[in-house]
Amino acid sequence: MTATEPQATTSLNTVAAVTVNAKDPKRRLRSRPVRGSRPGWFVYTALAVVLGSAIFPYYWSLLIGSGDSGTIRDPNMSWIPGGNFIENALTVVNDPAVNFWRALWNSIYSSALIALSVVFFSTLAGWAFAKLKFKGGKWLLIFVVATMAVPMQLGVVPLYILFADLGWTGNIGAIIIPALVTAFGVFWMTQYIQQSVPDELLEAARVDGANSFRTFLTVGLPAARPAAAMLGLFTFVTAWNNFFWPFIVLDRSDPTLPVALSLLQSNHFVDYSIVLAGVLLSTIPLLILFVFAGKQLVSGIMAGAVKG
Amino acid sequence: MTSTKTAPPSAPSPQQARPDRTERTPRRIAFGQKLSKWDFKLSPYLYISPFFILFVITGLFPIAYTAVISFMDWDLVRNSGTFIGFDQYIYVLTQPKFWIALRNTFSIFLLSSVPQLILAIFIATMLDQNIRAKTFWRMGVLLPYVMAPVAVALIFSNMFGDKYGLINTLLGNIGLPPIMWHSNAFASHIAIATMVNFRWTGYNTLILLAAMQAIPRDYYEAAAIDGANKFRQFTAITLPSLRPTLIFVIITSTIGGLQIFDEPRMYDQFGTGGANSQWLTISLYLYDIGWGQWNFGRAAALAWILFLIILAIGVINMLVTNRLVRDEGSRDGRSRRDRRAAAIAARNDLEHRVGGTVRDDFGSTSTGAATSDTNDKTTEVAR
Repeated sequence: MTATEPQATTSLNTVAAVTVNAKDPKRRLRSRPVRGSRPGWFVYTALAVVLGSAIFPYYWSLLIGSGDSGTIRDPNMSWIPGGNFIENALTVVNDPAVNFWRALWNSIYSSALIALSVVFFSTLAGWAFAKLKFKGGKWLLIFVVATMAVPMQLGVVPLYILFADLGWTGNIGAIIIPALVTAFGVFWMTQYIQQSVPDELLEAARVDGANSFRTFLTVGLPAARPAAAMLGLFTFVTAWNNFFWPFIVLDRSDPTLPVALSLLQSNHFVDYSIVLAGVLLSTIPLLILFVFAGKQLVSGIMAGAVKG
Repeated sequence: MTSTKTAPPSAPSPQQARPDRTERTPRRIAFGQKLSKWDFKLSPYLYISPFFILFVITGLFPIAYTAVISFMDWDLVRNSGTFIGFDQYIYVLTQPKFWIALRNTFSIFLLSSVPQLILAIFIATMLDQNIRAKTFWRMGVLLPYVMAPVAVALIFSNMFGDKYGLINTLLGNIGLPPIMWHSNAFASHIAIATMVNFRWTGYNTLILLAAMQAIPRDYYEAAAIDGANKFRQFTAITLPSLRPTLIFVIITSTIGGLQIFDEPRMYDQFGTGGANSQWLTISLYLYDIGWGQWNFGRAAALAWILFLIILAIGVINMLVTNRLVRDEGSRDGRSRRDRRAAAIAARNDLEHRVGGTVRDDFGSTSTGAATSDTNDKTTEVAR
């Protein structure tokens, strides 16, 4: 914080590190690994194996997806990607039964909307649960956390009936509305705000005459930003990858990407090169997001994760 | 409240007479304060209300409604049902397919969550060391989480192909007979569990790693000085400190694992769980009853059965984890029950000394305050 203090060199989120430091200056030093104990080759080898198995399925889909329909049956298959990826990808994109562009747009639009809504409402509720005293607050929070154990399947039948009644089946709204808030989001933000926002900040804001909502905007929101970014990314990924409910409620002509992928298999089930090209194609947007936001994502987990 | 109402606008009320406030000229105190009081009283409810309103409509109402539908013979045309009691539950529970689906779900769940968590703890321990390029490794571990389960299933069902699959080709290369990944039930469970493990191990690793980072390094230094080796440090420090996070991770993977749908659905192009229901899971069965046979009453009953199973497994998991991995605070060797008994004894002792006011049945307000007060003290003592 001050210029004389050495900055943390770890990849830990600096905002969180600073707030932790504010409470206990020794904390950062203590939680650093024992000095001079770099692990040996064994750890790196094992990690390389883990990384290899994480990447391999991506590579495999590139390998098959860039070949032709015979590649998979070829016993002497080359381990270098072939040249047919673009051709296969075009087949996927132009397949009228799959509706790729429609699916891509639906996925982007619904996931972004869901992520924004979950982050906003969760931060608001998390702020109230973590920092404001009110009657029944504790019990309401316990209740919210308890509902996390309820499986999604428990609600699908009535939700379907409801949306069918409204004439919303096949409409993208039917997958957005039920996902606008999550109990996990509220739990996550409550945990984070409780740990990282000191009560003194609140009191200072109150003394300065800020009303409750202003305090939230000027103190709560900035402090909660790392966790909010994390929650947003996780929610986006979850919404993007969600399959069960969209598969039930959406029309085949107006799908999201996972639903479109499922159609790809039944249409081209013999030709795996096209199926896997489609798989890779649908994964690329998220991969790009992950590469750009991944650092934030990973350091965010380290900063605000469930510490019990 | 009353004092603010009667006080003249120019004079600050007693509550307001803080040193930092006196310098300012207080304006509109009566109204302003009243407003701010309401603001601070009401706003928490205001902040949580959007969540709860949406949650009740899209989360709670459907759950309750599922229970209602599960007791009905639902008519899709009229879009209403006739009450028939437990018949749907009895029907579902007497179907052989249900029991096969239950067996498959459990088999896949165990094959996925157990190795996954062990692996995750192992990888997290490695990442927790003082390695170079930390962020790189962490991001690499999380890479599979980005891929949609449907996509994962398509890739892996290709690799686990019976005829031309990569795995069987490799097995053939080292002179082993091919495994029928689709027709053999257990083999198909392994294949599906592999997909789940691929996608979730990294996620769990990072959650566990975050918890590990929060363990003060002093503990390890002290243990090293006492002569504990790495393994002993792991079992005596890391595991006990991870307990709350482990419970969280186990519960979430239980909930997720028992609901598995995407992977088995996409494992072959028909999506029916195999010709002999080799990999039919409960969720897949639920989809088939609800949207294949269009019987919403039975689907709702199955949904409630699934929920009860998840609840039961969750409770069992929690008990087992509680027992296996001891609490950080119980390193003195006493169980939670012992500690609680000690705390109660200490409180009774204190109550005696305080003079029995705590046991007064009439002064409920003072009683509550006194009890909680002594309670705090005794927990301090007990520690």
